[in-house]
Amino acid sequence: MEYAEKNTAITGIGQSKVSRGPQTKSPLSLTIDAALQAIEDAGLKRSDIDGMACWPGDRGDDGGMGPVGVPMLQDALRVHVNWYSNCSETAGQFGAIFNAIGAIAAGYCKHVLIYRTMYQATARKAGLTNASFQPGQKAKGNFAWYSPYHAYTAAVQQSLYFARYVHESGIKPEQVAMISVNQRRNASLNPAAVYRTPITLDDYFNSPIISTPLRIYDCDVPIDGATAIILSRLDCAKDGPNPVLRLEAVGSSMRYRNSWTQLDAEALATQAQPHVAEMMWSRTDLKPKDVDVAELYDGFSFHTINWLENFGFCKRNEAGDFIGDGSRIALEGELPINTNGGALSAGRMHAYGQVHEACVQLWGRGEARQVPGDPRVAGLSTAGGPLAGAFLMVRD
Amino acid sequence: MTQTPSTGLPRPTPQLDIDTEPFWTGGKDGKLLIHRCQDCGYRVHPPTTFCPTCDGRNVIPEAVSGRGTVVSCTVNHKQWLPGLPVPYVLAFVAIEEQDDVRLVTNITHCPAEDVHIGQKVEVYFEQAADIWAPLFKPVGA
Ligand SMILES: [Zn+2]
Repeated sequence: MEYAEKNTAITGIGQSKVSRGPQTKSPLSLTIDAALQAIEDAGLKRSDIDGMACWPGDRGDDGGMGPVGVPMLQDALRVHVNWYSNCSETAGQFGAIFNAIGAIAAGYCKHVLIYRTMYQATARKAGLTNASFQPGQKAKGNFAWYSPYHAYTAAVQQSLYFARYVHESGIKPEQVAMISVNQRRNASLNPAAVYRTPITLDDYFNSPIISTPLRIYDCDVPIDGATAIILSRLDCAKDGPNPVLRLEAVGSSMRYRNSWTQLDAEALATQAQPHVAEMMWSRTDLKPKDVDVAELYDGFSFHTINWLENFGFCKRNEAGDFIGDGSRIALEGELPINTNGGALSAGRMHAYGQVHEACVQLWGRGEARQVPGDPRVAGLSTAGGPLAGAFLMVRD
Repeated sequence: MTQTPSTGLPRPTPQLDIDTEPFWTGGKDGKLLIHRCQDCGYRVHPPTTFCPTCDGRNVIPEAVSGRGTVVSCTVNHKQWLPGLPVPYVLAFVAIEEQDDVRLVTNITHCPAEDVHIGQKVEVYFEQAADIWAPLFKPVGA
């Protein structure tokens, strides 16, 4: 079996200014900044782009979660594509990448521009954003089951999963805290991060509880910004200026109940990650010990903690001991994670910050935060609840 | 310590359809209605008219005891909206009859910090607009 992802590579990356505002640019303008950078980084011209994809597409609301759809960006850039797609009902934010792999394999396109844009820092100044529903509105869809219970945001809803994980694993609060502390240290070395002042364990424990056991430092930071990548067919990638970063294996499955309320008993504490990782490992000869740097989704700190276990870096319910005092997951440790500060400190780029950073590290562009030892294999993951996606990327 | 709110800010409510209306309105008659396959007895939630265990199509709402167990819970401290009383408890409750039917709910009638995984709870209802929201309290509270 020849898996199609092995015939694709990321060839260029771009990122707009990521900020908490106030804003001088529109969401579209930020997206153009990222897209043009990525195209140039890949050594391409606009006319070389023949595919486009994003997650989740134009949401048509004021929340800043999906402000720029594919048609808007395509028209702005006047690119001619053979294939384009947005997708929100998929394996988390990486669904856009996974779909693009299929499009390349189908022969539709050679260079796909993939992007993620957020405008939540500006949007939230006008009201409660990222809310599942608002008082006075009739709730629809999956989250309607939460609507009468004052579960307005993901922070409250996701704390139900976090609480169950804490109950089953016995992880200590000071072990949870090291995710936030370590990532803020990484962010202090990243000029593009939004929060760069190091924090201590005391700072963590003095921070407000949002919804037990979740503290504010466990939450990622809403931002305005855009990230773009170019996914290219492998033979075309070899013509570019950057070392080829080949996709080695993807996990996109959904083998649990696809529900924010009825996750299977196991998945209540693990989220939908274990089967996704299992699929990914079934498509490669690599093992968890081969991963040099891990960029793991951190919409909330416990997402990263779940992924440490479910990716296979440690056993079930042992992430607390694996994290320990934080030295193992630090830049100099055996498994550096979220090396740019992650969404907790560099801003909520919804896993595309992780993709961008994995490329930075494998291309040796990390400067003050560069992982030592010439990393060649990156492990990436995204999302929580019933959403999950993962992939491995290698510099051959 | 503050009790979790059963009144206060109006509760948002779901858009009802033919499948979900019995669940959200059974409380008018004091009943917690969960769809159940009439062929094999499996309870199907969220409600619909297909039984995934026996392929049966005769799946209809049926009252359950209203007793259940807390499978996860969180005490929310952040006031997301003006007038929202905090703290309050959001929970998943598994109904006594079938562990894989999980209801989102608030647990009330006890201090928020007393709610815990494994706690036995029982349903009561509170009207909000056109629904009767199933809420839970400790058994006997
Ligand atoms: Zn049946």
